[in-house]
Amino acid sequence: MDFSLKIEEELFLQMIREFAEKEVKPLAAEIDELEKFPTELVNKMGKIGLMGIPVPVKYGGQGGTNQMYSMAVEELSRSCGTTGVVVSAHTSLCVAPILENGTEEQKMKYLPKLASGEWVGAFGLTEPGAGTDAALQQTVAVDAGDKWILNGTKIFITNAGFAHVYIVIAMTDKSQGTRGISAFIVERGTPGFSIGKEEKKLGIRGSSTCELIFENCEIPKENLLGKVGRGFGLAMKTLDGGRIGIAAQALGIAQGAMDETVKYTKERKQFGKAIAKFQNTQFQLADMETKVQASRLLVRHAAYKKDQGMPYSVDAAMAKLFAAETSMEVTTKAIQFHGGYGYTREYPVERMFRDAKITEIYEGTSEVQRMVISGNLLK
Amino acid sequence: MKIVVCIKQVPDTTEVKLDPVTGTLIREGVPSIMNPDDKGGLELALELKDKYNAEVTVITMGPMQAEAVLREAFAMGADKAILLTDRKFAGADTLATSNALAGAIRTLEYDLVITGRQAIDGDTAQVGPQIAEHLDLPQVSYLQNLKYDGKKTFTIKKATEDGYQVVEVDSPCLVTVLATANEARYMTVRGIVEAFDKPVEVMGADKIDVDESKLGLKGSPTKVKKAFTKGVKSAGQVYEVDTEEAVGIIISKLKEKFII
Repeated sequence: MDFSLKIEEELFLQMIREFAEKEVKPLAAEIDELEKFPTELVNKMGKIGLMGIPVPVKYGGQGGTNQMYSMAVEELSRSCGTTGVVVSAHTSLCVAPILENGTEEQKMKYLPKLASGEWVGAFGLTEPGAGTDAALQQTVAVDAGDKWILNGTKIFITNAGFAHVYIVIAMTDKSQGTRGISAFIVERGTPGFSIGKEEKKLGIRGSSTCELIFENCEIPKENLLGKVGRGFGLAMKTLDGGRIGIAAQALGIAQGAMDETVKYTKERKQFGKAIAKFQNTQFQLADMETKVQASRLLVRHAAYKKDQGMPYSVDAAMAKLFAAETSMEVTTKAIQFHGGYGYTREYPVERMFRDAKITEIYEGTSEVQRMVISGNLLK
Repeated sequence: MKIVVCIKQVPDTTEVKLDPVTGTLIREGVPSIMNPDDKGGLELALELKDKYNAEVTVITMGPMQAEAVLREAFAMGADKAILLTDRKFAGADTLATSNALAGAIRTLEYDLVITGRQAIDGDTAQVGPQIAEHLDLPQVSYLQNLKYDGKKTFTIKKATEDGYQVVEVDSPCLVTVLATANEARYMTVRGIVEAFDKPVEVMGADKIDVDESKLGLKGSPTKVKKAFTKGVKSAGQVYEVDTEEAVGIIISKLKEKFII
């Protein structure tokens, strides 16, 4: 069993760490404080290929691996949880379903602009009444001969306010249940499509989370993604991939909190010595580090299986479950080590704690991950 | 335009420790990077590639593992790479290094040779100027900014101790570049993916026309007498006074320590 990174992954890690440290980290507090979508960073990331890592070169991508992509999300999130999820939602939830399900025409039309970062991507599945029970879709798409007509509302859509391309899931035949659900590609500016209210959030405050509103929105026939009635499966498969991204985001946030905590406990003196000299600190740090490293191995293993074309749905669920819960635990303890200072915005662990929480919720809650894992065990 | 850029792999630290017994650098556990001034030189070459479609060849002398900086240069956008490696090059001082590099560059076509000002592990700033002398090229050191007329002439702003000079030079020529001359670009993801599919030309002493007595330890007249880690000095005292009073203070301090 070979756990070593490939030489190109080593070089990639060197590049992404330098980029995150120099370009992302200095902006993280401001992105959070001002709830500012990181447009400038998206442009910079597009330029060096971070918006299209696993996309083949012939579609304007970088020809990289899912492993590189998950490393990128981890390292970006280590500095800024918002920037991590912008890349993750774009890549896993919009670029990947087009790449995996699109026609050649759709791929040629959308992927080059998405992979270069000129366009940002988003994905609309969740509705007010369809969260974990995603099959309860109220958004409908009606076949009107040469076009589809969409009506309904999506909520909590990441990147919504700044995206150009949206993968939208809608009911095309209610009588068929989940087999009556289809997926569509909707472009910004399509008549009848508007962006609704933006959510005020606990964490990842720079990511734009909004409603998508469809009122007799007419989209061309050729914008059906995949086959009619296969949209639910497409959405679930998309979320499998997305979970690797979110697991990597959770891992990155946890690693960022570890970095800060190790530094702080060595500097902070109480009772005449650095708090790192107390065994309570040492033992807790050891537990935190072990869980972070275990998360990393789960994430890398899931990404490896996806790259190898092996089934990875359960692996992605385990990676997301463990990394998200680790992230919440590690950031909570990080604040505790920082004491009163950690509760203030003077130190980044306060932001990391707020950013970590969402990783237990979106792209399948921790409970959903447990359903996926146990469902596979007990089938 | 054809450009050759000399780059060096160096330990990533400005606080390299010395072995107190042998006086040599302790390299274990210190990650290796592309020398910052050389990276500035490579960026300059890549900017000329972007604007004038120049072909950029990078060359490094070192052990086999120095190939890593060549792969990094590919990932940034270099077109060709040469690894100058041979046991006969081992133990080279700046003179023997410049002899080997100049020998390799002589086998190439070039309009411009770029080196970094100096390497952070040696800080001699000698190799670039020596290469220029061996190749009989005009040289401009400490380059901060370069403009090209698109034909033959470079207008160069070079840093001096108390300001800068603007000079013109025709190709072929050699320049030594400061890390502060520009902001080196990041490697691209695609560049990284493809960097390992490109060939690195490996050149040994037999491929260059340089007398073996001028290479490696044999060709190195430099002798290290002693190497030591700088001791910690106590903090000085700052007086903000006019010149006359300052002179008085200095004289009284020197007298106090029986120096005068």
